[in-house]
Amino acid sequence: MEKFLIITSREYLNKITNKTFILSTLFTPLILVGLVFLIGWLASTNNDEVNNVSVVDNSGYIFDKLESTKSLKYVELENFNLEDAKLISKTKSDFGLLYIENFESPKEVAETITFYSEDAPSLTVISNIENQLENILTNKNYKINDIDINKINSNKVYVSLFQETFEGKKTTKVDSAAGYLLGMFLAFLLYFLIFAYGGMIMASVIEEKSSRIIEVIVSSVKPFYLISGKIIGTSLASITQFIVWGILFYGFSFFISTTFGITSTYENNEFMLAAESSAVPEAALKIISSLFNLPLLNIFIAFIFYFVGGYLLFSSMFAAVGAAVDNQTDAQQLLLPVTFIIIIALYVGIFTAENPDGIVSIIFSMIPFTSPILMMMRIPSGVPIIEQIISLVILYSTVILIIWIAAKIYRIGILMYGKKPSYKELIKWLKY
Amino acid sequence: MKNLLFIDSVSKNFGPHTALNNVSINIPEGCIYGLLGPNGAGKTTLIRIINQISVPDSGKVFFNDQELNLDHIKQIGYLPEERGLYPKMKIGEQAIYLAQLKGMDRNTARHELKKWFEKFDISDWWNKKVTELSKGMAQKVQFIVTVLHKPKLLIFDEPFSGFDPINANLIKDEILKLNKEGATVIFSTHRMESVEELCENIALINKSNKILDGNLDEIKKNFKTNTFEVAVNTPDAKDLQNKLKLEYETSAPTFKTIGDNLRMNVKLASGQSSVKLVNFLNKNSRLIHFKEVIPNVNEIFIESVQND
Repeated sequence: MEKFLIITSREYLNKITNKTFILSTLFTPLILVGLVFLIGWLASTNNDEVNNVSVVDNSGYIFDKLESTKSLKYVELENFNLEDAKLISKTKSDFGLLYIENFESPKEVAETITFYSEDAPSLTVISNIENQLENILTNKNYKINDIDINKINSNKVYVSLFQETFEGKKTTKVDSAAGYLLGMFLAFLLYFLIFAYGGMIMASVIEEKSSRIIEVIVSSVKPFYLISGKIIGTSLASITQFIVWGILFYGFSFFISTTFGITSTYENNEFMLAAESSAVPEAALKIISSLFNLPLLNIFIAFIFYFVGGYLLFSSMFAAVGAAVDNQTDAQQLLLPVTFIIIIALYVGIFTAENPDGIVSIIFSMIPFTSPILMMMRIPSGVPIIEQIISLVILYSTVILIIWIAAKIYRIGILMYGKKPSYKELIKWLKY
Repeated sequence: MKNLLFIDSVSKNFGPHTALNNVSINIPEGCIYGLLGPNGAGKTTLIRIINQISVPDSGKVFFNDQELNLDHIKQIGYLPEERGLYPKMKIGEQAIYLAQLKGMDRNTARHELKKWFEKFDISDWWNKKVTELSKGMAQKVQFIVTVLHKPKLLIFDEPFSGFDPINANLIKDEILKLNKEGATVIFSTHRMESVEELCENIALINKSNKILDGNLDEIKKNFKTNTFEVAVNTPDAKDLQNKLKLEYETSAPTFKTIGDNLRMNVKLASGQSSVKLVNFLNKNSRLIHFKEVIPNVNEIFIESVQND
């Protein structure tokens, strides 16, 4: 036990004093926050650009009703034929040219309107133009056929569903979008962490083996203590990293909220954020608020349990693979099945996001190798506690089994040099 | 003499391959014991069993009359043939770490290490990394780590490989000193001259079986063939040679000397005495060289393995 502590503390100290580790701990949050700002900045500069659309309106009533938007400005070209208009529009380096023929019936007009542009324009631009034209021409049609527009408008009914869970919690479309996003984020985080830390364990096992220090060490301690010390030491390092990240994120969000003047309130059990300045768009506030309305405690506890379980499961497999080979290159090949499992989990996870309670999602969230990722995707939209418990029990029983198998392979593998073992040989090692 | 280590009918299989077949060896306390055998004979497997790295399929090992258990780990120091250090860890730190794994506390380990580092004149390596050292330098550190916790039993697998002659000698002297201070030493090597020089007892393992063991002098006695190297100076060499041939089984000489004109190996049959031979030679010639042929470890090794 004492030796286990010695090993754990060496592995831990070795990890956290590693330069790459320190840099990634300190700079990952900075880079993430920086990225968010960069994307925001790019998006806003993109929006500042104004695109001119020249309009040749032979109908005489459409251009007047076209409304320019922030990014799209309509300019009329008067009395030009199509070829001249095209030329002018091109020389002005317009975004495009809208050519409207004159016909008696708006329907006929609609069938002949053409949009000319340098490149294929984006869907939003096209739908903006189409929507406007549709409205204008429909209204024109109403007028021609003597239909009272005001009557139509006043009789129109708009629907936006109120959503509420059976437990009485109010949800919105934004809420499920936030759940979807958070689920995706957590699943990918879990996947990333399991691979990053599992990879560290494997590298450290291979280092001990290839530097040939392993025989000296196992003559002092049981291999099981060595590998568990390694796994625990590395996981403590990862927890340290989480804590540092947590503090840094908290610091950043404090900084951001004081700079942009965001305040939070609880109303009717609903978490709300309000910005005092207009620097933060309302949509962002809505998403952030709805994040806080998700089952956060459940998500947090589940994340810890699934992270620990998944981490133990995969890192013991990584350790066994590391022990079986002499170098990283051979390891990649043996890791293929492990990678394959994770890719399946992510793939199923994408379906899960669409339909969190589908039968496939439920099955895969019970299979221990895929359950950590799938559960992280499902839980934000709500999973019965009993399902979570069953899935965790299956996960942790498998963890024990896999650790037992991995420890055997590890014990034999660390002293085997030379050719890369096949799976058949690995199974044989279990009987030694 | 009391046995420090008693290996009792140990067998070990790896799948269909038998690594050790019913091997029993006694290692007396305080001796230097040579564990010999061709490559792949099972020496490393046996050493790993003594170090509790592997467990025998059958048979038992007793250390100090107790069945081997985890408490014995700190009484054993092991320098494996395939050895190394953490490439990126500072020498001093990892020496302390390895000592701690052998059960030493941090401060004692540091204190003892400083003494050894001074003795080997390598104090300025403390904060260096292994990648900055040569192979021989790293070997010195490994030797220190092996003996640091003052184990009762020291196991060296090819301890001199990687050392230049000067450092090999330094290490050899330290091993002898530790032995004199009471440590029992097991020595596994292919360098027969060091076995000849250091070991009192040997065991020879071939193809998973022990084929020979015991006190080296006794073994040599059993292996000698009552053959003598004879060189004389005589007026009539031809005549003397014929006379000797008549009485004894002679063969071509296996030695060199100077000032002689007749040189041969003479094998005595049982019942023939060397005193009589010497008297006969003294009467007929001037005796220059007379020595019993005693097989060296190398010959014993080759002969035993080939006859096995």
